[in-house]
Amino acid sequence: MSLTRAQVEGIAHLARLEISEAQLPVYVDRLSRIIDFVEQLSAADTGGVAPMAHPLADQAQRLRPDVVTETDRHEKYQQNAAAVAAGLYLVPKVID
Amino acid sequence: MSLHTLTVAELAAGLRARRFSSLDLTLHFLGRIERLAPALNAFVTVTADHALADARAADELLARGEGGPLTGVPIAHKDIFCTDGVLTTCGSRMLSNFVAPYDATVVERWKASGTVLLGKTNMDEFAMGSSNETSWYGPVRNPWDPVRVPGGSSGGSAAAVAACLAPAASGTDTGGSIRQPAALTNLTGLKPTYGRVSRYGMIAFASSLDQAGVLTRSAEDAALFLTAMAGFDPRDSTSVDAPVPDYLAELSRPLKGLRVGVIREFFDKGLDVRVSQLVQDAIEALRAEGATVREVSLPALPLSVPTYYVVAPAECSSNLSRFDGVRFGHRCEAPRDLLDLYKRSRGEGFGDEVKRRIMTGTYVLSAGYYDAYYLKAQQVRQVIAADFARAFRDVDVVIGPTAPTPAFELGSKTSDPITMYLNDIYTIGANLAGLPAISVPCGFVQEGGRDLPVGLQLVGPHFAESLLLSVSHQYQQLTDWHRRLPEGYA
Repeated sequence: MSLTRAQVEGIAHLARLEISEAQLPVYVDRLSRIIDFVEQLSAADTGGVAPMAHPLADQAQRLRPDVVTETDRHEKYQQNAAAVAAGLYLVPKVID
Repeated sequence: MSLHTLTVAELAAGLRARRFSSLDLTLHFLGRIERLAPALNAFVTVTADHALADARAADELLARGEGGPLTGVPIAHKDIFCTDGVLTTCGSRMLSNFVAPYDATVVERWKASGTVLLGKTNMDEFAMGSSNETSWYGPVRNPWDPVRVPGGSSGGSAAAVAACLAPAASGTDTGGSIRQPAALTNLTGLKPTYGRVSRYGMIAFASSLDQAGVLTRSAEDAALFLTAMAGFDPRDSTSVDAPVPDYLAELSRPLKGLRVGVIREFFDKGLDVRVSQLVQDAIEALRAEGATVREVSLPALPLSVPTYYVVAPAECSSNLSRFDGVRFGHRCEAPRDLLDLYKRSRGEGFGDEVKRRIMTGTYVLSAGYYDAYYLKAQQVRQVIAADFARAFRDVDVVIGPTAPTPAFELGSKTSDPITMYLNDIYTIGANLAGLPAISVPCGFVQEGGRDLPVGLQLVGPHFAESLLLSVSHQYQQLTDWHRRLPEGYA
């Protein structure tokens, strides 16, 4: 196994994913297989090769004028939220 | 010949000549969906009311002699595209309650072309899968053999078009998700150049690889839909601002003089010998029409799958962080605190494959591992892209199989993620290099008394969609594989 149980628990925490006790060993096994598989990249000769920044050469992220282009549609958007009040999203209490 | 077996080009001609109305067509397809879609599990949502309203509007336009070539043509959208006021699930429990508040650009453009929305098709969860078995809504079955997968992740779109439940459907292709299902269901599947079609409103998986396209029953139909969807969109920051050619007009380009490169690395030990033979036969057919054929080597291409399984999960872990149980999507019951809300909402809302990819991505991007995995993968990606660029100095298109085998049985590859990942071994290269690619039917193999379709893949230089479509169209003038329909659906 290239990954330990503790590592997988750490990754799950970083990714904010709850993984059950029963499922954890399965994740350790599958994720280890994936990491072992991608490990073959380390043998590739990439000396002097710049990492790809964009799939199309000579293209860069566009800039646009810093102006308001959207209208306020928060009421429509908030219809998909589990809990809202007064236009705000509700979450469990964060500060006592 | 019945309405549902006609191509889009034939339907358009019939609509224009008033041989049938869009309402006739729409009712016909809705009837077939009601009868045949449940056994295939091809749709997540059928939008009958929507479709009837669209059809009536199209008929009014047609009656006035207005509208374009797609006016009144029924279509389906992969459930990854946001559709205003319609459930948009992305095949996930996470979005099983999500009603999109706006239309994706692809949806908007097909709508503006006068198409009729029949429904939203099933798919692998968040487009992560090659068999349509990771969907929260259950697997899709292949109309050519119901014990087999239709491919993925655009499996519902593929099954729907192959079973003549819709004349065409949208798809997305991050590592082969249009081409591989097209190959497994006898369809034409086009993945355009990265940036050719807007990603706005298309739920993101891996933003540097994702590209929208279409699944149809002919290259001519694909040309019609690409014309309707391609072009610059200021709402997608990687949309390319370049003119859109008349794809239909360029279909007639002859094969004579075409320089074809056969990719040596694709004819490897993993390739089914029957698939290999059919692809060789197709290459011979092109040669017989005056194309020149030579072998090309893309030495880094065998590294495309491991490269992809670093880059795509890395981007996925970042993209899917937006699903937090707060603003939209699944929220767990009675969270103890904010951390518990995040963890349980995401743990419950995502399926195993999605969680594996988020975690793989989180790992390869984490401090201490970033250089060894992510940076290295982006370097190898550059080498793969350079291999393609070198090949295109000598040939116009490169060619090979789309998938290593015909459709496999449900459940046969679900226990080991790597076995499943290797289904995309021939398709991923085009995504990594941002190249356009197409899969076209090139014959059948027999298995268990069933005919199973095989796909031929063509990959071209950036923005060579016209060439890919014309070669495919010319090949489809020589062969009739693409006109064959699965038993029980003709």
